[in-house]
Amino acid sequence: MDNFLSYLIDPEFLYSVFRVTTPLLFAALASVVAENAGASNIALEGIMIFSALFGAIGSGITQSLTLGLLFAICGGLIISLLLAYFALYLKTDIILSGIALNTLASGGSVFLLYVILGDKGSTSALQCLTFPTINIPIIENIPFVGEIISGQNLLTYIAFIMVWVVFYLLYHTKLGKYLRVVGESPQAAESVGLDVRKLKLTALLISGVLASLGGAFLSMGYMSGFSRGMVSGRGFIALAAAAMGMLSPVPTMIAAIIFGFADAVSNILAALRIPDEFVKLIPYLVTIIGLIVFSQIRSSSEKKRRKKVLSST
Amino acid sequence: MRKLSFDSKFEIIRFSVAILIALLLSFIIILLVSDTPFLALQKLYLGPIENLRRFGNVIELAITLSFAGLSIAIIFSSNEFNLASEGAFYASGAVAAMFVLSNSLPAIISPFLSILLGGVVGAVIVTIPAVLKKKWGASELVSSLMLNFIVLYFARYFINNVFKDPSAGYNATYLLPETAKLSKIVSGTRIHSGLIILIVTVIACVLFMEKTKWGFELTQVGRNRQFAKYVGINTSAIVIMSQVLGGFIAGVGGAVETLGMYTRFQWQSLPGYGFDGVIVAILAKNKPRYVPIAAFFLAYIRIGADKMATSTDVTSEMIAIIQGIIIMLVAATAFLSNTRQKMLVKEVRNNG
Repeated sequence: MDNFLSYLIDPEFLYSVFRVTTPLLFAALASVVAENAGASNIALEGIMIFSALFGAIGSGITQSLTLGLLFAICGGLIISLLLAYFALYLKTDIILSGIALNTLASGGSVFLLYVILGDKGSTSALQCLTFPTINIPIIENIPFVGEIISGQNLLTYIAFIMVWVVFYLLYHTKLGKYLRVVGESPQAAESVGLDVRKLKLTALLISGVLASLGGAFLSMGYMSGFSRGMVSGRGFIALAAAAMGMLSPVPTMIAAIIFGFADAVSNILAALRIPDEFVKLIPYLVTIIGLIVFSQIRSSSEKKRRKKVLSST
Repeated sequence: MRKLSFDSKFEIIRFSVAILIALLLSFIIILLVSDTPFLALQKLYLGPIENLRRFGNVIELAITLSFAGLSIAIIFSSNEFNLASEGAFYASGAVAAMFVLSNSLPAIISPFLSILLGGVVGAVIVTIPAVLKKKWGASELVSSLMLNFIVLYFARYFINNVFKDPSAGYNATYLLPETAKLSKIVSGTRIHSGLIILIVTVIACVLFMEKTKWGFELTQVGRNRQFAKYVGINTSAIVIMSQVLGGFIAGVGGAVETLGMYTRFQWQSLPGYGFDGVIVAILAKNKPRYVPIAAFFLAYIRIGADKMATSTDVTSEMIAIIQGIIIMLVAATAFLSNTRQKMLVKEVRNNG
């Protein structure tokens, strides 16, 4: 146990928390943008699978990181566009579409992998590229803190910058205001002349790009190359993070870090010879507990607010 | 014969067009990727009826998919997107295996109790997300997805540690006792007596949904919860009831699959039947009476895809793409709405 606690304040461990948080954060922000516009993006898992696959193959074939990233985003957008087309234009229930697209993506990725590389498991036949790690000048020389914050993957920094970008987009731009109006009340939005469908489409596409960055990180940062099952429910955990963050970027980031922490803890427990099964269920258990706690806090604060409103009138 | 209403006539057309589009898509994909496209197509569509054993495989898979479809159809009837059936399938299969391994009850009684226990396990698991939602307002979709992984790893711990047969050479339980297994009922295939359990379950579900007060109330709750509450239906009780029932059916399905199809319990990951159940339920429009047909259809193309994969260069995962497109088209309310309009106008003219 002492051994375990000493792991927790190890800078190497704290460094890994940010590393494993990265894909969750991208996907959680993707959910935040979509949900704010009233479009539930359940297909995050599928978007991440496709973007991870396309990124790995793209970077492996072109040997260019930029093209690899573009491939990843295109791969993710295939799923986002299908979701938008079916949900917004053919009026398929958006949750059902999301579930269908996740199964499509998980089988489809294996199919594509086999067609392109003749392998059903991974892209190990290709020399896939990874995004570079960045050392931040000055900060890297601070003991402890430098070891944790500096030297992370480029996409990890971008993920945290995206928290601010999404915040700015939602609360300080006209587009963000429109998206929130559409999410709050589509009827009201329509009555003031907003094109609800187009705005939801925009939100789903932004959401798709964000989730694709998360997928790209998985196959071009976290790992080098795509392997079957690598997303392993991260798209779903991200949904939980966004729900816990009450669809607001900064609290969502905190929720994502909590889940990232649980994920990182499970990695060190694996090294401590705790049965593999118990280690693996920790992130999901923490997520479900987190979801309950935050739903409870939210509903009780809402009750209080309602009481206040009632007593003041 | 009863004259079909306009809506059901249109539904049949819409359905056929959706399937046709998907078949066309499979045709195009196979032409693009295969060196022997016609052999691949032949195996995909005719493979399952090449011999009795293959067709038996279709029926075996259809049994499991029907349980999954019934489970989801009843859960989704209440408009709850609870996907815990996936975990219920795994856990009940594991529990059923562990149960028959830890007692020496005689034939018939052993599988009966084991399947019943599986059902109870399934009911408990599927009810959890609904309770979390009712009590704390946690989204049932998200919590059920998390729960699936928790259930998987928790049950797998016992399979791989407590009940593991070290001489099996891979992670699996000891051999299930012969007395516990469901007997084969068609020689030359592996079709087992789970088929009879399924038929009983389907009939029970149809009667429940169409003939009982609870079934009627469940339909009302699914259509419009606010209105159902307004007319005096105890909506939260009905919602919980549908989760318990749906979970029980998933649990029975998991236990039947384990005792009917395997010599050991050996699943190491989620079987995917919960999600397959969603496909079946959507194809069956959440109506239990259509579930076996939808399950048969899905099982047929799955087995066809397997046959295609073993005889040609096209992998069976291709079918995942086709499935996805079919579900979304079938569930698309605006799909072919222009055609519907035209048909309606014509119908009115003819009649008027």
